[in-house]
Amino acid sequence: MIKKQTVSFKLNGTDVDVVVEPRELLIHTLRERLQHTGPHIGCETSHCGACTVDLNGMSVKSCTVLTVQCQDAEMVTVEGLEQGGALHALQEGFTKEHGLQCGFCTPGMITRAYRLLKENPSPSEEEIRYWMAGNLCRCTGYQNIVKAVQYAAKAMSQARTGT
Amino acid sequence: MTATTEGLERETKLQGIGTSRLRKEDARFIRGKGTYIDDIKLPGMLFGAMVRSPYAHARIKSINKAKALAVPGVVAVLVADDLKPVKLDWMPTIGGDVQAVLAGEKVCFQMQEVAMVIARDRYSAADGADMVEVDYEELPAIVDPHKAMAPDAPIIREDIAGKDEVSHGKRTHPNHIFTWEAGDKAGTDAVFASAAVTVRQEVLNPRVHPCPLETCGCVASFDKITGQLTVYITSQVPHLVRTVVAMLSGIPESKIRIISGDIGGGFGNKVPIYPGYVIAIVASIVTGVPIKWIESRIDNISTTGFARDYHGVGELAADKDGRIKALRFSALADHGAFNSHVSATKLPAGLFSICTGSYDIPMAYCRVDAVYTNKAPGGVAYRCSLRVTEAVYLIERMVDVLAQKLGLDKAEIRARNFIKADKFPYTTSLGWTIDSGNYHAALDKVLTAVDYAGLRKEQVDKRAKGELMGIGVSTFTEIVGAGPTKVCDILGIGLFDSCDIRVNPTGSAIARLGTMSQGQGHATTYAQIIATELGLSSDEIQIEEGDTDKAPYGAGTWGSRSTPVGGAAAAMAARKIRAKAQKIAAHLLEVGEGDLEWEVDRFKVKGSPAQAKTMKEIAMAAHTSNLPQGMEKGLDATEYYDPPNLTYPFGAYVCVVDIDRFTGETKVRRFYALDDCGTRINPMIIEGQIHGGLTEAFAVAFGQAIPFDENGNHLGNSLMDYFLPTAVETPHWETDHTVTPSPHHPIGAKGVAESPHVGGIPCFSNAVVDAFAHLGVTHMDMPHTAFRVWQQCKALGINTR
Repeated sequence: MIKKQTVSFKLNGTDVDVVVEPRELLIHTLRERLQHTGPHIGCETSHCGACTVDLNGMSVKSCTVLTVQCQDAEMVTVEGLEQGGALHALQEGFTKEHGLQCGFCTPGMITRAYRLLKENPSPSEEEIRYWMAGNLCRCTGYQNIVKAVQYAAKAMSQARTGT
Repeated sequence: MTATTEGLERETKLQGIGTSRLRKEDARFIRGKGTYIDDIKLPGMLFGAMVRSPYAHARIKSINKAKALAVPGVVAVLVADDLKPVKLDWMPTIGGDVQAVLAGEKVCFQMQEVAMVIARDRYSAADGADMVEVDYEELPAIVDPHKAMAPDAPIIREDIAGKDEVSHGKRTHPNHIFTWEAGDKAGTDAVFASAAVTVRQEVLNPRVHPCPLETCGCVASFDKITGQLTVYITSQVPHLVRTVVAMLSGIPESKIRIISGDIGGGFGNKVPIYPGYVIAIVASIVTGVPIKWIESRIDNISTTGFARDYHGVGELAADKDGRIKALRFSALADHGAFNSHVSATKLPAGLFSICTGSYDIPMAYCRVDAVYTNKAPGGVAYRCSLRVTEAVYLIERMVDVLAQKLGLDKAEIRARNFIKADKFPYTTSLGWTIDSGNYHAALDKVLTAVDYAGLRKEQVDKRAKGELMGIGVSTFTEIVGAGPTKVCDILGIGLFDSCDIRVNPTGSAIARLGTMSQGQGHATTYAQIIATELGLSSDEIQIEEGDTDKAPYGAGTWGSRSTPVGGAAAAMAARKIRAKAQKIAAHLLEVGEGDLEWEVDRFKVKGSPAQAKTMKEIAMAAHTSNLPQGMEKGLDATEYYDPPNLTYPFGAYVCVVDIDRFTGETKVRRFYALDDCGTRINPMIIEGQIHGGLTEAFAVAFGQAIPFDENGNHLGNSLMDYFLPTAVETPHWETDHTVTPSPHHPIGAKGVAESPHVGGIPCFSNAVVDAFAHLGVTHMDMPHTAFRVWQQCKALGINTR
């Protein structure tokens, strides 16, 4: 048996410790050990983005990150976006603009868009499409996902300026 | 409905048919709280990992489990010999054939299931699967279906080599499955012999995969004490799964519970029953603990639920003005190693005979020959009804081929051949009765919207400059909503569907249906139908599907059948409740039933509108002693709806492409889609379905194909190779509609989700070919990747500066 290691990181603002084999993938740690089943497994090869999480201020595909790489990391998943019972503007936007159907890609999409709006608070449609290209959706055709991100960008900008 | 303002306000509050009500499903999905198959965790659960064949055709000489069993965490290794004592090493298929659950004697396609390793977690299961030693003797493989019936072709299915029939009639070769025909062959041949103009074109629908974002999987849990089997499963057809599992296992159907939770997309991939499910069930019965089996993406693309692989030949006969006089279509169908083709029993080639399309074609004949090859088994309907994409693709391509031969405009030739609006119901020469349509109006609306004449003028100018611009037109008619039980059954079970509604004393309701949403938004739209029918707010109507212990029996969701069949059942069950409510209202108001009229949410006395009972009031009364004499308590109803006909949604699409002749890259400049799905329940959801269907059509037309080498090795079965469009490639979609209600559906609805896929694929192909039409090109096979389009440019000598 390979020796297990203890890994400590911050998940959605809470300190967690896990004991894992060095080969364990972050997506499995999140889903199997930490009961965070928002990130999904769609391809296991970094293509589909259903497993996207925010790791130290970057979007990563958690199916190809080893948990042991996450020591002292700050991690945000879709479960961490709702604050004090209030939905994140992106969560609201995805519903209002019908940006989801089966919902399987949605946690990854929202988590990716969360990073996009942190880096670029008012992206153009072209920028949104480019930024979201690492996240695949089979249901929506992306048009309403673009609208959902635009909805959130506008709502967040209004909240910032108080208009 | 009502003319009064107050009445209209009440109607708006119901959020019923016609409103873009936001989806009730979303609350859990946007929070990451859906319950998909891999989210199911049961105490003591073990994991199964599949051992698969590296060869497409090989004899299994031996299997050695010893090293795998020695891997820490491995509990068991199941091979065909372990399934034999319970007679589950083979299983029947929907296509009337049998399929190996685990290969015992030989493997017939690459990645075929050979063993399953059961272990404590997914890592040790994968470790164990790597350690199973299988000794193979490789055999020559057949990959090209055209070579399957050669006299000296290797025999793929030795288990049935002696049988002259596996289903659907006589076999003429060991690799032959069936030959199916429809129409008047002699009559058609005669028209062709004397026709002014004939055209012929080979048209391929390559092997593709629906590739939903969630792969297939299950958690099987057998309770040895109670004998109860519960299976959580990614199935579009949970009730049919229960019946098949009962037939296979011998467990009474009443002790089997199938639960389809949230499904991460289906598109036809999640209709069949796969070996992995069966092995997980056996493993749970043997071990007495729950077993989880989930496909990897590579497993998914390689082994479960491929679509198409139809090698068609289209022929049309016409007069000199382009009026089509006869149609002769054939297809060679590659069903892979086992005939697990998804279709209705009496329809071995599905609904392929809808291939006369939107056109008034007096004579037709079609034929499909299905063969075995060393490829994965099946043939599912990828976002379409059974073989409808193949049929519509052929006719929509062939109409263009004919137009080019005659030098006619591609919109004009369609208008000349449309079934006229006053001819419905119209029975086609291949026997389908199209209930309704208004094709000229739809096409005219689209041509005006895109300024078709202006586009054609622009194209002339571009061609003069040596640029490639293509305009694609598609005017399709679908056939969906399987279906009338006299025509459609699976394993003898008619394809009706069902709805059970229970109205609570306080006027909320729960409705359970035999269909199964995979993202279509049933919890939202079914509630809207019931809200309008019952006058109760859709927000207080709960919809449940997928749990066979709760929902009434139904044939599930595929072939756009939910609205045509399940939606009809919902409306009819609600009408039964309303009929009872009317009796109760008459009793309470002390008038005759005939003195009452329905208005939005209440029965009121004619001429005395203040005297009324709302459905909420009636719901409470139904649970008291104050009922008409002899009436049962409660306000419930169940409907098993057997549709009198299928439904026939249609549409008119125009696509404009610009092609770079130096690189072969195609840019979709514009796509305008007009769909007529009859009565529109939720316009927001309809538009979403159309966006999705068009995107899947774009994927098929421009990139999807599962290639093999001559030994049957997959040449692209991960998302590295298999094309799923991203937000960057996906075009912008413009949508439009007309409304031609179905005359036989209770609310006039027809179904919509598949139309954009079925109608979209030929529209893209027609646009690409049209870009080369002036250079004499009449057809190019999909997928229209940059490389393949560049090859066309090179062949024409236009790829250099």
